[in-house]
Amino acid sequence: MENVFYFLASLTLLCALMVVISKNPVHSIIFLIITFFTISGHYILLNAQFLAAVNIIVYAGAIMVLFLFVIMFLSISKNERDHKTSTITKITGTIAGGLLFIVMIAALKDAEVGSYNAENFDSQIGMVENLGKVLFTKYLLPFEIVSVLFLVAMVGAVMLGKKEVGDRHF
Amino acid sequence: MESVDLIYKAIYILVIFGITLLIATYSTYFERKIAAFIQDRVGPNRAGPAGLLQPLADAGKLFFKEDFIPTNANKALFIIGPGIAMLVATMSSAVIPFGDTLIVGGREIALQAINVNIGVLYVFGVVSLGVYGLMIGGWASNNKFSLLGAIRAASQNISYELAMGLSLIAVLMMTGSLSLREIAEQQAGFNWNIWYQPLGFLIFLVCAFAECNRTPFDLPESEAELIGGYHTEYGSMKLGMYLFAEYINIFVASAVMSTLYFGAYNFPFMENLRAAISDPVLANNVVTLIGVVVMFTKIFLFIFFFMWVRWTLPRFRYDQLMKLGWNILIPLAILNVILTGAAILLKEHLF
Repeated sequence: MENVFYFLASLTLLCALMVVISKNPVHSIIFLIITFFTISGHYILLNAQFLAAVNIIVYAGAIMVLFLFVIMFLSISKNERDHKTSTITKITGTIAGGLLFIVMIAALKDAEVGSYNAENFDSQIGMVENLGKVLFTKYLLPFEIVSVLFLVAMVGAVMLGKKEVGDRHF
Repeated sequence: MESVDLIYKAIYILVIFGITLLIATYSTYFERKIAAFIQDRVGPNRAGPAGLLQPLADAGKLFFKEDFIPTNANKALFIIGPGIAMLVATMSSAVIPFGDTLIVGGREIALQAINVNIGVLYVFGVVSLGVYGLMIGGWASNNKFSLLGAIRAASQNISYELAMGLSLIAVLMMTGSLSLREIAEQQAGFNWNIWYQPLGFLIFLVCAFAECNRTPFDLPESEAELIGGYHTEYGSMKLGMYLFAEYINIFVASAVMSTLYFGAYNFPFMENLRAAISDPVLANNVVTLIGVVVMFTKIFLFIFFFMWVRWTLPRFRYDQLMKLGWNILIPLAILNVILTGAAILLKEHLF
């Protein structure tokens, strides 16, 4: 089991890195999709099948399709891709990245790895039934507020996309 | 898991894989035969008796054709595209229960590759991935018509997935389980979900047509306006893989529809038959085997329906397609969810 975890974790990190490194944005998106798959693999290792499936449906199945859609429409030209980064951008990028690295080291240095009690640990906690019960009893208010938030976002999107009176259709 | 079980699972998965490919192969033959029947022609009748070897001849031809890759295409993605389409298409038959349990030598054998408790979500997830093969292939061809086909495929699939998911929710509310096996078991005998969910089934059927890119929703490859859509630049077996994936998708969609709405492997009077045979093991096996036959009959009827519609109905216009998805099917699906919820509550109060 541990080997599977290490394999998945390294694959996740590698693909996530390739998302940033890839020159072609379509390749980046494909690596991002593979990253979502490996993350779903982690969920399955944690016995959270529902989260794994929903992660695939929502992220890989819907959101990334839209990403790909938009990138295909943009069709970034070759000149733009070969555009040279100036020295000052490189220097600021290095400094910013280094600072982030220091902050992360400082934050993770004192962090403790959470432990679990093997005796009273419920391995079925990630199953659909249990997740549903927890969401609709213990976390009912946050759950409802999140759904209202989604509704607001949807209404906003409709507002932005709505045709004004007198707009042309195409 | 014991090694015997593992071996059995491996054999079962290989058999299902083989059957999937066989059905997809012969779907091409029957599609042409049915088209010929509807248009009052003869259809393929040269290769073998009644043209039965036609699929093999087609496959041989496709394999030996020149494997052409356009100069400015993205080579890696151009090759990966049909592969993804094929891979995703063959994945979803893993959770479909093709039959109940067989008892061989005191060992119970479930006729299902994997019994996960999120079966419906698995199918839904795999279906939502199906569009990647089309999109990647269409984009990598570096052809405006292919790109248009890919974009059409993407927007169509996303639009119809919503209505499909909503119509599924009504079924899940009734059965209270995400496991396809449990859904199948609850429809024992003639207690099929179609009697309770006619509207939901209709919505699901229309969405299944759209997700499989079949006429009247085959806008991504409409030859009249887009030459060949996403597979304009494809030839030889790569094109064959795309066409093959489409037939596998039809097979899987038919299997899912018969499982969710038409009682999977259940048939009327199955309990009477079980009671009529005195030996319980033999009774169970006979009922299971008939159940498998019944399941495949249902699947074939649905596949025939897919073909019948293809050669009967004309294609939608693209704005009509979007309007049907967003303005008609989604509100209807939401109405169906509300009606189902009300019916479940009323049933609790009244009975």
